[in-house]
Amino acid sequence: MKRATARMAQEIVESQGGTEGIVLIGIRTRGVPLARRVAEEFERLENARIPVGVLDITLYRDDLTTIAASPVLKRTEISFPVEGKTVVLCDDVLFTGRTVRAAIDAVLDFGRPRRILLSVLVDRGRREFPIEAQFVGRRVATSASEIVQVTYRETDGEDDVWLLDREASLHPVNGPRKPRAVRPSRRAGAKKGKRRP
Amino acid sequence: MSRRPDLPPNTPADRSHVFSKKDLVDIESISEDDIRLVLDTAESMREINQRAIKKVPTLRGKLVANLFFESSTRTRFSFEIAERRLSADSIAFSDAGSSVSKGETLLDTAKNLMAMAPDAIVLRHPCSGAPHRLARELPCAIVNAGDGTHEHPTQALLDALTIRRAKGRLAGLKVAICGDVAHSRVARSNLGLLSKMGAAVTLCGPRTLLPPEIERTGALVTTRIEEALDEADVVMILRVQKERGGGAGYPSDREYYDVFGLTPDRRRLAKKDAIVMHPGPMNRGVEIDSAVADGPDSVILEQVENGVAVRMAVLYLLIGASGDE
Repeated sequence: MKRATARMAQEIVESQGGTEGIVLIGIRTRGVPLARRVAEEFERLENARIPVGVLDITLYRDDLTTIAASPVLKRTEISFPVEGKTVVLCDDVLFTGRTVRAAIDAVLDFGRPRRILLSVLVDRGRREFPIEAQFVGRRVATSASEIVQVTYRETDGEDDVWLLDREASLHPVNGPRKPRAVRPSRRAGAKKGKRRP
Repeated sequence: MSRRPDLPPNTPADRSHVFSKKDLVDIESISEDDIRLVLDTAESMREINQRAIKKVPTLRGKLVANLFFESSTRTRFSFEIAERRLSADSIAFSDAGSSVSKGETLLDTAKNLMAMAPDAIVLRHPCSGAPHRLARELPCAIVNAGDGTHEHPTQALLDALTIRRAKGRLAGLKVAICGDVAHSRVARSNLGLLSKMGAAVTLCGPRTLLPPEIERTGALVTTRIEEALDEADVVMILRVQKERGGGAGYPSDREYYDVFGLTPDRRRLAKKDAIVMHPGPMNRGVEIDSAVADGPDSVILEQVENGVAVRMAVLYLLIGASGDE
């Protein structure tokens, strides 16, 4: 995962010709450590301090009318202007695209950024909205019933990506002891045959 | 590859973080967890009120009816702003010039209104218990915006938020509530909430403005404001409610000020870092001196600001989700 975030930071710098005008916004909860790590990489690569914001998309969800109880609302902390900036949204897993749709709406309530880009650790496909990520750690083919979970050292003790099926048995996408070079834009690992029942 | 049964599962909403009631009619019936949930949610809502665009789409398509059978400026505006910031549609209804002035009962008015399918009714009513009656009869969420001399739960919640923001906690604080306690639903709700959360409340006022059997509330009671203020962390001054007969409880405004008014000298009896609160509207020169009301310890305007956030939190928790399992 360290390699994936380092490469992601590198790609963002390359595509934007530097870190000028870039702000990072992590989507609560599991996009936040990613945003912080990308910011650390920026500091290492370019010696640049990039502001990091935290966004809770709860109030923008499109499924509030279909769920029984109001989800717990956490604080949004965007202490810098987004007006005219290149906002890089960070999240752990890109799935239906609904979270990102809500996040885009939320960011627009803070001002009019020059552009919004999306950076995710895992793109698991199965989109329901026309939304794509510009920076992807890893693409994984999944079925609708599976759950992809990212864990971070700082919040869960270790960095890993887990593929869960509904029966709740857990399979790491990466074996914990054999980290794999993660390539962008390529389906690596996580083929059906590699999963244990 | 190892199995990780200890991994936090992607559970749906955590049930311990769910507001447990259909309505908010009083503080008495809600739990400490509910109170904490409202305060934490309001803390998050505060951020919206500082944005350039102070509006979120959360309650789009929801209808909130504001029924005010008693005059109110602050509370009504506060609820209306909260409703708009959450994108709810709101309709205002006051007794003047409506069917109520033609003799319709509260329940009939509400039932007719119900035919228009509101998701929530915000009710202020001069009769204690009116919101409870509606809550029993109607399927929508009822929010008590003050009922007679009974309760004013959102005021207590916004006061608690203000105190918690200033002091970092509620438990263990010494709170003095001074003034017309007998007629004050604010005092009643605050006493209930603060006691639940572990603060020590002292009630103070002229004997004529303290309700009978007040000692049964478990609060400390005194008729000397100096005693109530001693080492207090929070000083909450109540309005003398002349419209509810409070004026009959003491000889003159002048005398009230002399014996019970919060003057700069009396303010010094409380802790150095104490905060001064007033639910408004103030009678300057009666229960509070202008020098204190506008002084550096006054959080009176923060109370108003927090009021919008608390009401947003309450509406979100009550009607944000569909409520259907």
